[in-house]
Amino acid sequence: MGVEGIGASVVRKEDKRFITGKGRYVDDVKLPGMTYAHFIRSPHAHAKVKGIDASAALKLPGVVAVLNGKQIVDDKVGNLICGWAITSKDGSPMKMGAWPAMAPETVRFVGQAVAVVIAESKNLARDAAEAVVVDYEELPAVANVTDAIKAGAPQLHPEAPGNQIYDWVIGDENAVNDAFSKAANVVKLDLTNNRLAPNPMEPRSAVADYNEAEEHFTLYTTSQNPHVARLVLSAFYNIAPEHKLRVIAPDVGGGFGSKIYIYPEEMVALWASKKTGRPVKWTGDRTEAFLTDAHGRDHVTHAEMAFDANNKITGLKVKTYANFGAYMSLFSSAVPTYLYATLLSGQYDIPAIHAEVIAVYTNTTPVDAYRGAGRPEASYLVERMMETAARQLNVDPAALRKTNFITQFPHQTPVIMAYDTGDFNASLDAAMKAIDYAGFAGRKAQAKAQGKLRGIGVSCYIEACGIAPSKAVGSLGAGVGLWESAEVRVNPVGTIEVLTGSHSHGQGHETAFAQLISERLGVPISQVSIVHGDTDKVQFGMGTYGSRSAAVGLTAILKAMEKVESKAKKIAAHQLEASEADIVIENGEFKVTGTDKSIALPMVALAAYTAHNLPDGMEPGLKESAFYDPSNFTFPAGAYICELEVDPATGKTSFVNFVAADDFGRLINPMIVEGQVHGGLAQGIGQALLEHAVYDANGQPITASFMDYTMPRADDLPSFKLSHTTTLCPGNPLGIKGCGEAGAIGASAAVINAITDAIGKNNLEMPATPDRVWRTIHAA
Amino acid sequence: MYQTTYHRASSVDEAAALFAKGSEAKYLSGGQTLLPVMKQRLASPSDVIDLAKIKELIGVDASGDTLTIKAATPHYDVATSDAAMKAIPAVAYLASLIGDPAVRYRGTIGGSLANNDPAADYPAAVLALGATIKTNKRSIAADDYFKGLFATALEDGEIITAVSFPVPAKAGYAKFPHPASRFALTGVFVAQTKSGDVRVAVTGASQSGVMRVGAIEAALKANWAASSIDGVTIPASGLLSDLHGSSDYRANLIKVMAQRAVAAAG
Repeated sequence: MGVEGIGASVVRKEDKRFITGKGRYVDDVKLPGMTYAHFIRSPHAHAKVKGIDASAALKLPGVVAVLNGKQIVDDKVGNLICGWAITSKDGSPMKMGAWPAMAPETVRFVGQAVAVVIAESKNLARDAAEAVVVDYEELPAVANVTDAIKAGAPQLHPEAPGNQIYDWVIGDENAVNDAFSKAANVVKLDLTNNRLAPNPMEPRSAVADYNEAEEHFTLYTTSQNPHVARLVLSAFYNIAPEHKLRVIAPDVGGGFGSKIYIYPEEMVALWASKKTGRPVKWTGDRTEAFLTDAHGRDHVTHAEMAFDANNKITGLKVKTYANFGAYMSLFSSAVPTYLYATLLSGQYDIPAIHAEVIAVYTNTTPVDAYRGAGRPEASYLVERMMETAARQLNVDPAALRKTNFITQFPHQTPVIMAYDTGDFNASLDAAMKAIDYAGFAGRKAQAKAQGKLRGIGVSCYIEACGIAPSKAVGSLGAGVGLWESAEVRVNPVGTIEVLTGSHSHGQGHETAFAQLISERLGVPISQVSIVHGDTDKVQFGMGTYGSRSAAVGLTAILKAMEKVESKAKKIAAHQLEASEADIVIENGEFKVTGTDKSIALPMVALAAYTAHNLPDGMEPGLKESAFYDPSNFTFPAGAYICELEVDPATGKTSFVNFVAADDFGRLINPMIVEGQVHGGLAQGIGQALLEHAVYDANGQPITASFMDYTMPRADDLPSFKLSHTTTLCPGNPLGIKGCGEAGAIGASAAVINAITDAIGKNNLEMPATPDRVWRTIHAA
Repeated sequence: MYQTTYHRASSVDEAAALFAKGSEAKYLSGGQTLLPVMKQRLASPSDVIDLAKIKELIGVDASGDTLTIKAATPHYDVATSDAAMKAIPAVAYLASLIGDPAVRYRGTIGGSLANNDPAADYPAAVLALGATIKTNKRSIAADDYFKGLFATALEDGEIITAVSFPVPAKAGYAKFPHPASRFALTGVFVAQTKSGDVRVAVTGASQSGVMRVGAIEAALKANWAASSIDGVTIPASGLLSDLHGSSDYRANLIKVMAQRAVAAAG
């Protein structure tokens, strides 16, 4: 390892601009003649749009246009798509209702846009929006799955009778039934996985600029995957052919999944720019973020687990209702199926699993992947189940886990996934040691003497990351391949630019990716630039989500790098009149091994570009590209243990300790990894204790601001103790598994297991607010 | 935000004169409520008259048996004031719990009391301590000042200039913060006056804003000890009920916070 190579906690290069206010975000883009869009959004959860009268608004100063849903449909802008086809158990395809970018006839959730005002300033657009009169005919609405599946429930889409999108199954039902019929013990659990609002710090924003002479669009947008955005806008939404559409995602202030999708606002901005002949900017405010950014989670689940007389798990059956909101968002269909049910084996050797997932429309904001995406729901279920089982079987929760851990790899689960490697005992042992698990009983007794209820909760999570082998996901219904691309350019004077299809919106790629180059070539990271986020600069790539950028994106860079090294070695050998096999790269020098002969990288690069003296037949230049398609998912795993106290008088939870022992494979930059874990844990703890996107029975959101929706703050969180128990991933040459989502996946079960341990009652839903905990403690 | 005209007054008289001239004028004293409301276009004052830079309205002073906090003194200044910490430490402590640091640097006691948010902290101290609200026109006793949710005895254009707190024998404040907003989900201020009277005021819990709780006052007057509240029953009727706290949870918090406030008061 060099000082800036793999494994070094190098300070992040990008932070100087972020923490000095010099980042350049979409809302910082200002174009000549730019106009501003303000959307007119439905105040009703379900209504017919009877008419839109914009006549008064159009007379107001600075108003350029007022455009509505009928016009966007008439102009043949495509309906929003869902990119993963799911087939129901009866063989029928998923039933998808139409989602136009603005509602021409029917609104189905509060916040859905019906029209847009384009004006000379943001304020003038808002003024005019207040003068637009929309005539709604209210319809009955339904906000939760339990009500939406009832006979006689309000119906959202004619395409989906009974509000059912699909009824999907995985696993061997007969084998599961057999296991249950022979079980010594059966443990049952009903769970709700609460709906969350992602809330990245930067709200979504778009600037669209149509050049009439060139028939060319430029879109600046808050995207985690600008190439996918261009593909979808071009191929499905009929905005423009790909070569006539440039998508730029500059600095993006957090995504957590919510910025994967192409939203109506970007489509409308592009369309309106062409219609008005002016650049159009839209920047959402926080309320719009709550109303329109795809939400996460929202499952209602019944699960049962069968055990034999030796407390070995013999079967698991799960039935989950997933609330999709009013429309199917871009990857919504995959989340509660292939990202959820395929992880239901957890870290355990479970011979038979069967899961049924019923996807349901409701009059709420659409739901899609949010940090973890299906895997937090799976992990929460399995780990609540293990804790519940330990209590019912009267065994230590850690011991029950150890009894059932998978210890032989590779391991084929009954639900598609083939775990490649891991050491689950090692991470649980490390976490138990870090928190002094053995000494807990004494601490609990001490706390009790002071009137506090102390609890401890374990969560052993596993996730499938490095998304994903294209062939595998294609066979499961994905509309895209999930490889990644890279180009490594050594410039004529030896500086290096790396063009990656990954996109950094807080992950630190500009540092971590440069560390690989530093490791391989021995150059300082200051000589390396990571270029991303612009479809005109970077070759097609798939973007950043699913903890994939190091495992997949960086591996693509490594592949391109290896080609660059190979060519550079040939040039160096030629220049040094040595054999290529004798060339080694050390500290930025190409050396002939065993001699003092060497040539520095800049001289190799210069030779490549002057082309005065290259080996016969060699092309000039030093630039290579690669596409990398992983052969399997990666399987980060770990053990989290939470120790906390509950104040029985108020139900308030206070953390005593929180330890995390993760296995992420090889770490590129341990400091960045630590930051990722902290952020993920904050979101997992946020789900367990604080966050909840709530609707009333009529579909009105009642948590559409930070005054009501509890975002985790520093003083809500403990000081985390992190450690790593590493097994290298055999699936990629760097041995990387990924770390971006682990905290959000593993933390919530640890917290709820600890609270239920403390209060001695097992039935407790998230978020475990003080009111809810107090009520549970004092319930009869 | 709608168009408005901002004025920075340099004296109370100038501020009152500016207010009289505006068609729909509003005073600004920290703006921790007014400005967010204006940004959401829920308020559209013609004129905003800033009181927060008026020198005669800033400062904390303790003399004899009175702690006086001038109206435009930010919460941070009160929380860190030697005079406040010495005279009535519970008031300085209460100020240290308001909102977050940004709110405490801008928000003022006068702004808080003029707004009278039912979950604001200061009303609990003012009512429990039997403070006097001084305005540019008169003095108003705390018992006459609070008139329900966001309603006060202030007349149109009247400016709070200071709040005078009689120094009590004992006082304590305990707050259970709303998890999201950090207002008081329930906050209880308890005070024992030098003449032996007991006053207890609760904020955040009642549908009618800050209120006194006679049952706890009586129990504490009989015996100033947290345990004497054990037998008190707080009815849930009339209490707020929302996502973060049902009315019976708030009824429980009134009791628990009162006990903790007594313990803090010593």
